[in-house]
This record gives sequence, C-alpha cells and structure tokens, in this order.
Amino acid sequence: MATQNTKTLARLMMAPAVIVLLVWMVVPLAMTLWYSFQNYNLLTPQNVSFAGFFNYVYFYTDPAFFESIWNTLVLVLGVLLITVIGGIAIALLIDQPIFGQGIVRILVISPFFVMPPVAALIWKNMIMHPGYGVLADVARFFGAQPVDWFAQYPLFSIIIIVAWQWLPFATLILLTALQSLDSEQKEAAEMDGANAFNRFIYLTLPHLSRAITVVILIQTIFLLGIYAEILVTTNGGPGYASTNLTFLIYRTARLGYDVGGGAAGGIIAVVLANIVAIFLMRAVGKNLDR
Amino acid sequence: MARTVTRGSKIGWTIAAWVVALLIFFPILYAFITSLKTEPEAIAGFSLIPSGTFENYVTVQTQRDYFKPFMNSVVLSIGSTILALLFAIPAAWSMAFSPTKRTKDILMWMLSTKMMPAVAVLIPIFILFRNFGLLDTRIGLTVMLTLINLPIVVWMLYTYFREIPGEILEAARMDGASLWKEIVYVLTPMAVPGIASTLLLNIILAWNEAFWTIQLTTTNAAPLTAFIASFSSPQGLFWAKLSAASTMAIAPILILGWFSQKQLVRGLTFGAVK
Repeated sequence: MATQNTKTLARLMMAPAVIVLLVWMVVPLAMTLWYSFQNYNLLTPQNVSFAGFFNYVYFYTDPAFFESIWNTLVLVLGVLLITVIGGIAIALLIDQPIFGQGIVRILVISPFFVMPPVAALIWKNMIMHPGYGVLADVARFFGAQPVDWFAQYPLFSIIIIVAWQWLPFATLILLTALQSLDSEQKEAAEMDGANAFNRFIYLTLPHLSRAITVVILIQTIFLLGIYAEILVTTNGGPGYASTNLTFLIYRTARLGYDVGGGAAGGIIAVVLANIVAIFLMRAVGKNLDR
Repeated sequence: MARTVTRGSKIGWTIAAWVVALLIFFPILYAFITSLKTEPEAIAGFSLIPSGTFENYVTVQTQRDYFKPFMNSVVLSIGSTILALLFAIPAAWSMAFSPTKRTKDILMWMLSTKMMPAVAVLIPIFILFRNFGLLDTRIGLTVMLTLINLPIVVWMLYTYFREIPGEILEAARMDGASLWKEIVYVLTPMAVPGIASTLLLNIILAWNEAFWTIQLTTTNAAPLTAFIASFSSPQGLFWAKLSAASTMAIAPILILGWFSQKQLVRGLTFGAVK
C-alpha cells in the first residue's frame, strides 16, 4: 500500500545515503579531472597554471607508465589464475567427507582476515627472506642456493603474497556455491556411470560458472588497487619492476609532489576500473531481476 | 541412496585437506610462534618450538606505545561502522519495503561508487584533508572509512531486509500498528540478525583497510595498518617484536572473521552468491 505519504517518507529515508555518496563520488572526481589539466606541483604551489593535455602526454609517454600497466595486468591475472584454480581445488577438497571439516575451513579462510601490511611483512621477513626465511632454510636443507625473492622476482613475490590473501575468498565463495549443488543430481550422474572427471566437467564446473565469474570480477576490482603489499615489500622496485598503476600514481603524486601528473594517471585508473565494473554490474544486476 | 564412503578414502581425504589447510595457515602460525621467541632465536633458522617468552609483547607496548594505534583501530572501525549504519539502515529499509522503479538503478549506482579506484581521488582527498586540517585526525579517517564502505553496508542490509516478508508489515498495519510500533515491534526483531552481520563484516573491512589509513595518517590517528607498515624499513633484529605486534593486530579480527564466514560471502558478493 504505497500511498503518497509513504513514498515521500521512503525518499526522505534514502536521501542522506544518496546525497553523501553523490558528493563523495562527484566532488573528488571533478577535482581530479580539473587538476589533470593544471601545472601544479605541491613544492611550488604558487606556480599553478593551465597545462592543457601536457600532464596526459607526460604521464602516458613515460616508459614507467607502460611498465606499470604491464605489471598491473600481470599482477591481476597472476593472482586470478592462482586463486581461481587453487580455490576450485581446495573447495572440492573441503567438500569431501573429512574429519574436522569446520576447523579445516577456519584455517583455510584465515589469511583473508590478515591486514595487508601484516601479511606482506610476514611473507617478506619470515617466509621469503634470503637469509633467515623459511624458504631459505628449506633450500639450504636440500643443498640449494636460497633465492632472494624480492630482488630477483619482485612482481612474482608480490603475486604470491596477494594470492595467499585472496585464495580464502575464492575458496569460500566457490565452496558456498559447491554446497548448493543438488546432491540428487550428483547421485543421478554417478548412477548413470559418469566418472569423477566427467561429473566435474559436465556438472560441477557449469554449476560453479556464476560463482567463478563473481570471484574474478570482485577480485579484479580489489586487485587493481593493490598498494600496501607493494609499499612494505619492494616499494615498487627494483626500478619500476613491481610498480603497478596504483603505486605509480602514488609515487607521482605523493613522492614526486606532481599533482597534475598524478591526476592524469588517476583518470586512466578510473577508465580501467570502469571497464571491469561494467561487467560486474551486469553479473550482479542479473541477480536482482530474479 | 546415500553415497557410500569407505573409511579408507575418508582418512585419505582428511589427510590431504589438513595438509593443505595447515600449509595455508602456516605463515600466521609461524608469526605467532616467532612472537614467542627471543630476537636471536627468531633469526636462528627454522624452529617451531619457541622459548616461550612474552617479552616481545611487553617491549612493543613500552617502546612503541602499541596501545595507541590499537585504540585508533578500534575507534575507527567501530565508529565508521556505526556511522555507516546510521545512513544505510533508513536507505536500505525504504528500498526493501517501498521499492520504486528507480530503486534498482540507485542500488547499482551505489555499487558503482565502490568501483572507483581509491588512488584516482588520492590527490583531491589529500588536498581537501590538508586544507580542512583533517590529516591525521580520527574524525577525518572515520568519515573516509564510512564513505568507502557505505555502498557495501547498504547492499548487505538491503539483501537481508528484502528477505523479511512484506505481508507481515501489512498485517501489522491492518491491525492498526503505527509506523513507530511497526519499526519497534515487527521490523527490528526481524532485522537485527542482518544488521549484526553487516556490522561484523564492516568492522573487519574497516579494520583491515590499508590505503587511506596509511595515506592520511602519520602518528596521532594512525591505526594498526599504518603502525605495522612503519616496520617495513630494513632493520635486521626486530622480527620477534614485529611478530608480536602482528599477532596482536590480527588476532581480534581473525576471531571475528571465523564467526562471519557466511556473511562474508554474502556481503562481498553483493548478494550474488549465497
């Protein structure tokens, strides 16, 4: 019974959240756009002038820009590959009849709750350190030379850390989807003589496809913004070897004090994120219609 | 016919699952073990048996004033969550119970604000914060965390509220219940579990937020994320202390997280996977 009264009330109740988010979305973005056309360095704030497209040309023709875009892609795709495949495997494993399933679940999802700086520092110092890390101890045990992970494979090392943080998320969502699979269907397939492999390919995987899509899209949104893990491990180096787009903008704006250049970089980050967002919105939007 | 499970295969799967689970959990466990070692022990090579000292926990407090960033984390995560709920509960309530043609669009638009990369607005936010004197203040950061998590809070509440049958509200209205009574006696008891779940998940998200908390603080308002990140400089002999600080930083949220597995799936997939 939607009378005019309740409609007005509904609008009033919605207004604060909508207005706050609208301001939050419009004002900073408009400012970023504005700054991207200005010569503005925080070290010389008195010399602000119109720059035209200089910041864009400057930022987008910098070799570091292409390196950072490439690193962003490798980082996102690498983590997605590990977490999706690993997540499916672990979800299938936990879904088996096992002793102590609850505790196994808790152990597996725990890394997700570890704040990024802690996760990165534990891995950097206690696991991957070339002198005292556990991996170095393992290497020495087998008579091999310990690897200096962050010097030799900086981006790969960060991928490992980030994948460790996100593997629980993928596992948990895929497990939830897996457990909603109708067990009668599984039994029917079994009775019809389908082996485990065929059951997985023709029954389980199609059932998981929606959850996999959601995992990929949501993780991508977060993975495009990876920052703290890079800050506390490699600080983007050596050179720009582990600098992603987020970190490059941070370097330009905060370490280089270049407001205009950082803003121009920010605009492309928005464009990139929007491309992903459009796909995610479609996937989520479908769910609303049902 | 139930699937027949032989005892042998169950034991086999159990061993495999536990090995994988312990490997994944190992870094956390090892940090905890290291926190109970002395500094020389911490770099003396692989060992799962610490000498069992608690001095690192004491040292972290006495030398680095651990309690201050810890309290900042508590205040920021709880404060921003409550603030977000104040905005989100009325909005989600009206969207769930008085939906209009535009409700879906508004929800999708709110979700889209969450997709904006933080770094894209780093410069304006930093300059605004500086000009308004909000840098390194709890107030500024609380507002920030509220804004970035508000879309998720609205969405989660919406998916919970939508499951409350509207007929119950109509029945209450028929019986002459006023709006106030409707909210207090009918809606609240049914909505509390959803609100509690949302609260829990949002505290976890705010506690672990590591972009704005690092960018906008230095010392006064720095929560644990910024505090721990300040340990990143390459000094050699501090791993046991770092481990103690890390253990204390993650333990409360780890325990909260264990209780919120279901809500986590729901909240972070915006209801797309349940």
